[in-house]
Amino acid sequence: MTVLRLDGVSKHFGAIHALDDVSLSLSAGEVVGLMGDNGAGKSTLVKIVAGNFRPTQGRLYLKDRETVFHGPLDARQNGIEIVYQDLALCDNLTAAVNVFLGRELTRRFGPFRIVDYAAMNRRAAELFKALRSETRPKDLVKSMSGGQRQAVAIARTRLSNADIVLMDEPTAAISVRQVAEVLALIRELKSHGVAVVLISHRMPDVFSVADRVVVLRRGRVVANKATQATSPEEVTGLITGAIDHA
Amino acid sequence: MLEKTDATEDGRLEAVIGRQSHTFVGRIVGHQAFWVFLAMVAAGLSLTLLTETFATPQNLFNVTRNFAFVGIVALGMTVVIISGGIDLSVGSVLCLSAMVLAITMNAGWGLVPSAALALAVSALVGLINGALIAYVRIPSFVVTLGMLSVARSLAMVISGNRVVFQFGPDEKLLFQLGGGSTFSIANPVIALFLFGVATALLLRWTRWGTHVFAIGANERAAGLTGIAVARVKVSVYVFSSLMAGIAGVLEAGWLGGVTTNLGQSMELSVIAATVIGGANLLGGAGTVFGSVVGAALIEVIRNSLILLGIGTFWQGAFVGSFIVLAVAFDRIRAYRDTES
Ligand SMILES: Nc1ncnc2c1ncn2[C@@H]1O[C@H](COP(=O)(O)OP(=O)(O)OP(=O)(O)O)[C@@H](O)[C@H]1O
Ligand SMILES: [Mg+2]
Repeated sequence: MTVLRLDGVSKHFGAIHALDDVSLSLSAGEVVGLMGDNGAGKSTLVKIVAGNFRPTQGRLYLKDRETVFHGPLDARQNGIEIVYQDLALCDNLTAAVNVFLGRELTRRFGPFRIVDYAAMNRRAAELFKALRSETRPKDLVKSMSGGQRQAVAIARTRLSNADIVLMDEPTAAISVRQVAEVLALIRELKSHGVAVVLISHRMPDVFSVADRVVVLRRGRVVANKATQATSPEEVTGLITGAIDHA
Repeated sequence: MLEKTDATEDGRLEAVIGRQSHTFVGRIVGHQAFWVFLAMVAAGLSLTLLTETFATPQNLFNVTRNFAFVGIVALGMTVVIISGGIDLSVGSVLCLSAMVLAITMNAGWGLVPSAALALAVSALVGLINGALIAYVRIPSFVVTLGMLSVARSLAMVISGNRVVFQFGPDEKLLFQLGGGSTFSIANPVIALFLFGVATALLLRWTRWGTHVFAIGANERAAGLTGIAVARVKVSVYVFSSLMAGIAGVLEAGWLGGVTTNLGQSMELSVIAATVIGGANLLGGAGTVFGSVVGAALIEVIRNSLILLGIGTFWQGAFVGSFIVLAVAFDRIRAYRDTES
C-alpha cells in the first residue's frame, strides 16, 4: 500500500534549486534510505513531507489523496513524524517535556487545564524503556549524551501512531552501540507497518535497514533502487556523480 | 535462560530510567535565586543588628511597598526574558497607563472604567510591540526601545505635560487602592504577591508557560514541534505591558499625582531585578521568585544606604556591582558543573 507519493516536487530558495522535479513513493512498512552529498536537498525533501516547507511546485499525495500541509502540526495530524537533523530539542526542559513539546498532556484542575507532568514522565519512561535507552524522563536535556538526546527525539515519533517517520541523520553523532539501538528501532517501526525515510551518510546503516535506496544529487533523484539490486560502491558513485544515473 | 536475562535487563533498565538525578535540596541550591535570597536575608539581618531603624514596622512597610512596583513590572519582564526577548518600554507604559487613568478620572470617570481603559491601552501597546517583534521580526530591543520613546511621548501629548493630582469622584478609592493597606500590608505588596503567584503558576503549570520556556531556549525547535511561536511571543509582550499598566494604576494611587516622568528609567531596575534573580538575557531561564527577590534586594540595598547614612548616590554603584556579581557567580557555578 502506498502511503506517500511525491509528484514532480521542486523547492527553490531564491536562486537555489534545492529540489528539482522529485517524484517518489513510499509504502507501508518500507524503509527508504535517502542518500546524497551535503546540500543535495535531503533535509529539504524531508521538510516538505513534514510540512515545514511548501513545495514551490509539485504535488504530495497521502494514501492517494492530494494533500497540502499548513505547517508541521498539520503533517503530524496526518500521521507524519520527523526527527530533525539537529533534533530540535530545548536544553532547558526535561526529556519528558521535550518528548511532548507542542502536545503536552494536560489534566483538569478545577476550572483550569494544567500540564500533567506526572503522566508525561510516566509515558516518556515507557517510551524510553521500549527504546531500550537509559534516559531519565525528569532529567534536563542539557545534561544528556548524544544517544540520550537521540532517544528523546525518536521517542517523540512514537507518541502518536505515525504512519510515516522521517529521520534526518539519526546516527550522525552517536556511539556504535547507540547506532545499533537506533537501527533496531527502525526495524521495529517497520514491523509495525510504519514507513521510514532514513537520511544517512553512513553506508552500512542504510544497507542494513533500508529496503530501497534513493540518491539525490543537486536536488534531483539520480537513483531509486532496491537495496539488494545495488551496492555501496554504486551508491557512492551516484552520490559523487562518478555514475550519472541508475 | 534467555528470558531470565531479559527480565533482569528489563529491571535494570527500569531502575536506571526511574532514578532521580537531583535531590530536592540539590535543585534548590542550584538556583541563583536561592543565593540571592540568602544574600537578602543576610543583608536584612545585619541591618537589623546594625541599625535600630530597619526592622521597624514602618520601615519594612515602606521597603516592601517601594519594591512592589518594580516587582510587579518585573513579573512581566521575567516572562519576556524567558522567551528570549526584552521589553525596554515598561517604564513608559507604566507612565502612559497612569496618565490615561489620571486624565479620565480627572474628567469625572469612575475608577473602574478609567483603570479598564488604562489597562486596555497598555495591552494595546504590548500588542503592537509583540506584533512587530513576532510577525515583522524586528528585534525586541529595537521595537521596545522605540516604544519607550513613543509611549512616554503619548503620555505627554494627552496630558499637555501637566501634573494631574485631582482624580474626580473616585479619588479616595484610588488613593486607598494604591496607597492603602490591608491587614497592615501595603496594597501594592498584596498585588505583587497575587500576580506573582499567578505568573509562577502560569509559567509552571500551563502549556503556555512551557512554550515560553521552549521558545526562549530554541525558538526554531519550538516552531518545528508545532508551537504557535508568533502568537506566544505576542502574548508575552501583552502580558509585560499589562503588568506595567497595573503597576501604573497602583503607583498613581500611591503618589496621589501623575507626572510625565513617572517610571523614567524604571526598565533598568526591572531588568536588573530579573537578572539578579537568575533570568538569562539569552532566554530560556528565569523564575518569578528570583525576580521578586532581585527587586527586593535592590530596595534593601537602597534602604540600607539611607539608614547607614552612606548616601543614595552610591545606590547605582552597589546595584550595578550586584548585577555583575550575581551573574558572575552563576557563570562560575555553571563552569564548575561542566568541568565535573
Ligand atoms: N531555509 C533555507 N533557505 C535557503 N536555502 C536553503 C534553506 N534550506 C536549505 N537551503 C539550501 O538548499 C540546499 C539543500 O539543502 P539541504 O539542507 O536540503 O541539504 P542536505 O542534503 O540535507 O545536506 P546535509 O547533508 O548537509 O544535511 C542547500 O544548498 C542549502 O543551502
Ligand atoms: Mg540535511
